[in-house]
Order: sequence, then C-alpha cells, then structure tokens
Amino acid sequence: MTTTMEPATSGGVIGERVLRKEDPRLLTGQARFTDDLVVPGALWAVLVRSPIAHGRIRSIETSAARAMPGVRAVLTGEDLAGEWAAPMPCAWPVTPDMKNPAHWPIARGFVHYQGEPVAVVVAETRAQAVDAAAAVELDLEELPAALDLEAAATGAPLAHEDLESNVSFVWSLKPDEEAVERAFREAAVTVSERYVQQRLVPSAMEPRAVVVVPQPVDGSFTVYSATQIPHILKLMLALTMGVPEHHVRVLAPAVGGGFGSKLDVYAEELACFALARRLGVPVRWTEERGENTVATIHGRGQIQHIELAATAEGRVTAVRVRLLADMGAYLQLVTPGVPLLGAFLYHGVYDVPAYSFECTGLFTNKTPTDAYRGAGRPEATYAIERAMDTLARKLNLDPAEIRRRNFIRAEQFPYSSTPGLVFDSGSYHENLAKALEVAHYEELRAEQASRRAAGDRRHLGIGISCYVEMCGLAPSRVLASLSYGAGGWEAATVRVLPTGKVQVVTGSTPHGQGHETTWSQIVADRLGIDVADVEVLHSDTAISPLGMDTYGSRSLSVGGTAVYLACERVLEKAKRIAAHQLEAAEEDLEYAGGAFRVKGSPTKELALGAIAFEAFTAHNLPEGVEPNLEAQVTWDPPNFTFPFGTHIAVVEVDEDTGRVELVRYVAVDDCGNQVNPMIVEGQLHGGIAQGVAQALFEEAVYDESGTLQSASLADYLVPSAAELPSFTLDHTVTPSPTNPLGVKGVGEAGTIGSAPAVVNAIVDALAPFGVVDVPMPATPERVWRAMNARATK
Amino acid sequence: MRIEMTVNGEPRSADVEPRTLLVSFLRDVLGSTGTNIGCDTSSCGACTVLVNGESVKSCTVLAAQVDGEEVTTIEGLAGPDGELHPLQAAFMEHHALQCGYCTPGMVMASLSLIREHPDLDEAVVRRGLEGNLCRCTGYHNIVRAVLAAKERMEVIA
Repeated sequence: MTTTMEPATSGGVIGERVLRKEDPRLLTGQARFTDDLVVPGALWAVLVRSPIAHGRIRSIETSAARAMPGVRAVLTGEDLAGEWAAPMPCAWPVTPDMKNPAHWPIARGFVHYQGEPVAVVVAETRAQAVDAAAAVELDLEELPAALDLEAAATGAPLAHEDLESNVSFVWSLKPDEEAVERAFREAAVTVSERYVQQRLVPSAMEPRAVVVVPQPVDGSFTVYSATQIPHILKLMLALTMGVPEHHVRVLAPAVGGGFGSKLDVYAEELACFALARRLGVPVRWTEERGENTVATIHGRGQIQHIELAATAEGRVTAVRVRLLADMGAYLQLVTPGVPLLGAFLYHGVYDVPAYSFECTGLFTNKTPTDAYRGAGRPEATYAIERAMDTLARKLNLDPAEIRRRNFIRAEQFPYSSTPGLVFDSGSYHENLAKALEVAHYEELRAEQASRRAAGDRRHLGIGISCYVEMCGLAPSRVLASLSYGAGGWEAATVRVLPTGKVQVVTGSTPHGQGHETTWSQIVADRLGIDVADVEVLHSDTAISPLGMDTYGSRSLSVGGTAVYLACERVLEKAKRIAAHQLEAAEEDLEYAGGAFRVKGSPTKELALGAIAFEAFTAHNLPEGVEPNLEAQVTWDPPNFTFPFGTHIAVVEVDEDTGRVELVRYVAVDDCGNQVNPMIVEGQLHGGIAQGVAQALFEEAVYDESGTLQSASLADYLVPSAAELPSFTLDHTVTPSPTNPLGVKGVGEAGTIGSAPAVVNAIVDALAPFGVVDVPMPATPERVWRAMNARATK
Repeated sequence: MRIEMTVNGEPRSADVEPRTLLVSFLRDVLGSTGTNIGCDTSSCGACTVLVNGESVKSCTVLAAQVDGEEVTTIEGLAGPDGELHPLQAAFMEHHALQCGYCTPGMVMASLSLIREHPDLDEAVVRRGLEGNLCRCTGYHNIVRAVLAAKERMEVIA
C-alpha cells in the first residue's frame, strides 16, 4: 500500500466553500438540456398510452392517424415486436425464483398500468405527432385491476393475468429466528406498528427527453438522454436493441435533476432507438409533465409491519419486520432491490442483538416503482424511528433518552450488525447531544409544557429522528451477494496536459451535484494547482468509456476517491521524472505548491507543468518511464459508507384546522470529511425538503379504477418556498476509514432523516389528544380527524 | 400571423401559428432555449420571463398577446462582457442552484419580486416565489440569494 491513506500534502482546497464551476452557464441560460438540442432532420415521437390500469388489447386502429399531416409512422407493440432483442431490463434479480413478466417498451397483448405505451406516432413536428396520437383508436377490454397492496397480497385480482399470484419474490434476512422468538417471549414491553409508505412521484424539474441519431453508414447510434446513467444505458441499449456495444454512444447533456427517477432504462429511449433505426433519421421525444407522473417511475409504496421487543429499561432486544413492497406493474432496472437497500437497517442506529426481516414484492396495476432518493433507507429509518418513539411513550421516557440507551456506542466501531453489515464509523451519542444543543431541546420541552398548561390551541410538537444509512454503492463483492447485476466501482483518469492544465475524466455522471467543482477541488488540493486549471469531463461514453454513474450517494466516496488515487499515481510518476531531471534521489524530493523541490536546496525545483511537458516531449525520460503524465484508477471500495445524523423538527398544529406548520428544523449530519461544505449543505437542504414533502404534502393518489389523480404539478403538491422554513444545519465529523478522503456521502441523507422527524413531531404535538399515529402525508384533514377521533367515538 | 417583439433589447419578428405560446416562440422560433418548460399547468414557473418588466409564465401567454412588447429572458441579464447580473451573482455565491433547470425562471421571478417590493424580507420572498418550484435546493439558499441581491442592487442603484 502506498502512503495514500494519510495525505502527505494538503493544498488547503479540500474543505473550502469553492463556488461552482457549473453555475455561470446555468445562470445565463447557456447550459444545454436534452430538449434544447438542435438536431437537423429529427422527427418527433409521441407515445399513445393506455387510459386504463389493466386490460386486453382487442385492436388498435392507426389508419386515421397515419393519414394526418406530417405523420411518418404509427406503430404498435406488435409492429415493433421484432425490434427488441430482449425485454426491458431488470438488473437486480433478488431471488432465483423472482417473477419478472416480460416488459416490452410498447405493450403487446395486454396493458398493465395507466400510462403504459401502446403505440408510438412519429411526425415531422411535435404538434403534428400530438394531434395524430389523439387520432389513434384503442379498443381495450378492461380487466379487474390490482390496486390495493394488501389485497394484492391475497392474490385477487391478478395484476398479470398469466401469473398465479401477485408475488414477484419473497426475500428474507433471518439470521437467528430462535433468538428473535426468545427476545419477544422474554420482553418486558413490545411495540407493534403498521406504517404506510405512500407512493411518491419523484418530480425532477426537467422532464425526461431523448434524441437518437443514427449513423446509417456505419450502423452506429448516438443517444442523448436526460439520464443519470449514460454508461449503464449504453450497455442496456446494446443488449435490448441487439446492437454491438461499440456502435452505441450515449451522452447525458445538462440534466435537470434525477433523484433516482432517471436511474432507469425507459420505454421511450428504446422506442426512439427502434424508430431511428427503422427510419434512418434522428428521432426525439420530450416528456410532458402529465406524462412524467405516470411514465416515469414512482418511489416508496410499502406497507411496513415493525415489532420491537424491549426490556423494562427500554433496551431493544429484537426487531422484526414484515414488508409488503409495491413493485407496480413491472420490474424496472432496480425495482426489486429497493427494499433490500433498507433491509439491513431496520434496527437503525441501535445495537440490537436479534433481527428478522421479510419482504414480499408485489405486482399492482400501477406505474412501476424504483429507486427514489434514499431508496429503501428512508422507509427503514421511518419505521424504526417512529417505533422508537412509541417505545419511549410506552415506557414514559423522553425520545432522546430511549435513543441514548440503545445507540451503538462509539467504541463499538467498526460495528458488526446483527443483519450482517459492518458499520464503518460513528459517534451517535455525540451527534445527538449536539443536535439537542443546537435545537435548544430542553427549552422547547419547557415551552411545550407551559403552552399545554395554558391551553394553547396551537400545539407545539418536537420530533427527533436519528438515522444511519448504507451508501456509496460499492463494494462489488457485497453487491454480488445481494444478486445485484453490476459492480460498484468507479473509474477516473487524471491527465496533466503539456501546458500544466489538468484534465479529469470521470465515470460519475452529475445532474446537479456539482461534480465539476468537487472533483476540481480534490485535484487542486492534491496537485497544488488552481481549481481553475482543472477541467472535468463526464457524461459521454465516448469520452469516459468506463463508469458506473451517479446514484446511491456514491459519487464522492467512490468516484471522488478514484480521482484522488489517480492524482497520487500521477505524482508518483511525476516524482520519477523530476528526480531524473533534477539529478536527485526520489526520496530527497518533496512536493508542495505544485512543484517538486530537493530537500535542503530550495532553488532546485521542477513545477508539475514542466514535468508534464517533459513527459509530453519524452526527450529525456528516465529508463522505463512511458511518455505522458496521466493515470487511470478504478476504485472498488472495501465497504459501504455509513453516514448518520440527528434531525429535529418543531411543528405547530392548529387545533381548529389540523394544519401543520413546520416552524423550525435542525439537522446535525455526519458525512465524514467534507470536500465542499457549501455543496454538502445544499444537498441536505434539498434532501430535507423532499422528506418533509413526503411527511406533509406528497402522495400519488389513484382512484378506484386505477387512474392517477395527482397527475400534474397542480394536483401533486411539490412544496414551494412558502411551505418550508429555513433550515438550521450543523455537523459532526467522523471520517470513514474505508477511503483515503474519509468521506461518506450526503445526497440522500436529508431525505432519510427528515420524514420521521416531522411525523414524530406531529404525534408529539397531538399527545394531549391521545393520538399515536398520523399517516403520511399528514394533511390538515388527516391531522384534524386524528385529533377528533376520540371525540367522535 | 406576423409577431414582432423586442427580446433582450433586440427587435425580433416571425410568422407563427396563432396558437404559438410565448415559450415556444422563444425556444423553437428564436432558438432562445434558456427559458425552460417544466410542466403543463402553469404550476412550476420554470418558464418565467419578464414582459415589460413584470414576471410572466411564458407557457401561459400566447406569443400574439405580447406582440409589440418588450420581453426579457435569462439570456438578457448578464452584461455584454458576460459579467453576471447582481442577482445571478448572488445565486452563485449563495449556492442557490443545483441542477439549474428551474433557475432561469426563478431568477426572473426574483428580479420582478425585488423590483416590486421595497420591503423585502424572508416571508415576502417565500410567498413571492410560491409560483416557482425547485426540487433541488429546498429554497433555503434561494431565499438567501434573493435577499442578498436586494441589498446589492440597492447599493448599485
């Protein structure tokens, strides 16, 4: 091992609030999103979608549409059946016997959710295609739809008419059932809760878009897509479209947010590919917002049963979880794996000796679900953090005290958890103590008591949530044991150009996270150069052929570490060249401020740029050293990283209206070392807003026939600035020992910590009414009904 | 029909279908793609531009309705040498954008808000930007940026 685990020189750039390189082009309207691209000769595709949740396709009449102005083709699933080498991919077969019904880009025979494509229209303009799509006549025989998750578990009606049940898989994690049974037998107190994780619509502000440009001469294709995963998409396009992989290039232009919803291979990408191949001209599609609500994956969608066994002192001795997880109509790229990402974390930040988890993945006739910010971990955190509050209530303990009594202690790290993970590092007591201090917790409790005594009709509630997550989706061998269909590495190249400027090529694919800035900081820090002298290339499979893309809070701990290690290798090579040029021994050289110097003779120095030029001309290199100064590293971490934190929500609930106002929000997070605290805070702000939104506002609501009711931004309540407070952030720093930067990941932390804090605060506020649960989203009506339930009984 | 308007100080004209929305006129006819489309219900505000100095959701206005008027888009804010407008600079300094998709609309709506409210505070900013959705920032830094820009623009004025 080299000395990389202990940074020898720090350029002082890591840890700085460097302003983002990405911003000027985004702030001036010069950034190019996929729909902004001008593609001469491109035809527009518009999808005709099923208006019903479940049905048999009797016929699709396309002749009227075909005759309309500008229309070049109208094709059904049967017309396009020969285009696909394989159905749409699911890369996470969680069990060997998992049911995975064939998912074709355009439906064949049956439709299984409202919004499923049944035909595609291609026309010269988008307006012509929209008009023609409206002229396609569908004759569908409606079948009973599986809509309710608990009913779906009982088997009727069937979401897929050719399956025997709605069960896709049953996945268990039961290390010692006897120990669990014993713990419950011997428990002084038990908790048994049922929580509903409502379906959410991810709602990235940029709808999806795709342009496929065929090169008829050599049979290759260039694909522009609003995607988080150009590298994975390229591989999947090769496999599903039956084209040689080296004939596909995928680019992700500026991408307007993803949150998991652009971590997928979508019907529209495949349909445009098929049409571009058939017609020999570019074909493009841009999603409308109304389409986005049904055609882009949903998140969450679980019914959770969690039980705790505990001693009279409140020590949790066992956690038992049974989960129903809504797959929706089909398995998308990682749909079945989402509950598994939470499966190991239902004991949260607590040292629990007995553990049992079982998840049933169920098909319903609704939009497929898949990874949405946090993916499995917000659900797990919600269940354990709500249940811990229930336990505290039963034992008449303060929510902070029940947590302190159960935390994994700092000296237990690395901590081998009962479900089988090794938590890298943590300091949960310290983190909670800091959060309580920042929130002035004791004063809040005192204020609550005096307001209750005074009969205040605005009820103050304080909610605590302590979370830990596993992220950095990485180590490949562990992913293999979970049957995940890919590795967890990331690649980076660092190249010093002949003039001393530095080019970084990363396989990580930004869509708002600021990789260009953060990666530049790592390079500037390690190489002792200016941030402005670093260029970061990404999101194009021709420029960065190796990559595993961006999701699961993995970019910095995996991709950033690859950049860091590539810098170390560049310096190793530069040192050999410098020693040769300066006629000194390598061990006599020191590197600082972007130059090698001979220790003790400070005038003998060689700057990195000069070394790079020597490496470029290759006129005088040491024996055995190749020309050019560059290094490529593929980093596969030894473990996940485990960020953690404490979130405290303060709410006021209006007794007369049931309206919840979030009046304060304190988050003390620990993502290890921070490269750019400004970006870290931004990730937390946005994450918290999404978790608060799940707690208070958002829900994908279906009617009895399986039609999505919240199918626009007028009906689906993405919060605005007016619904949210400012956030008070602080942090503790517990570096991860799994990577040389000591970083953990922060993209999902805010979402994971926040929803349970808010709902715990609401339940706390309503304690005088005997309320022990309010379902999400805690709308005024639901809160009012919970408050008044006793009165009406 | 023939439409003429001034866009970012330049006279622009074109023959378009009467049903052409202002946002389509800007993006598809003029090729001015800085103004983004985020929804189809006038809910998200990504397409906000200024018409005669007032903020307007350009997906809710026909190009014909602004015939002869003055339109300012995100492309019209920076100085001729690329120097960011104080509001754009404040967005950058306060990390008020991440993916940047809502940003053009958010900046234009904020500009109109600053001009219309001499007594701007956090509550006014939050209410004033109710019609502009952002999924990345949680609005925390947007509010700070708008308040900071207000100070700076007063100094300049």
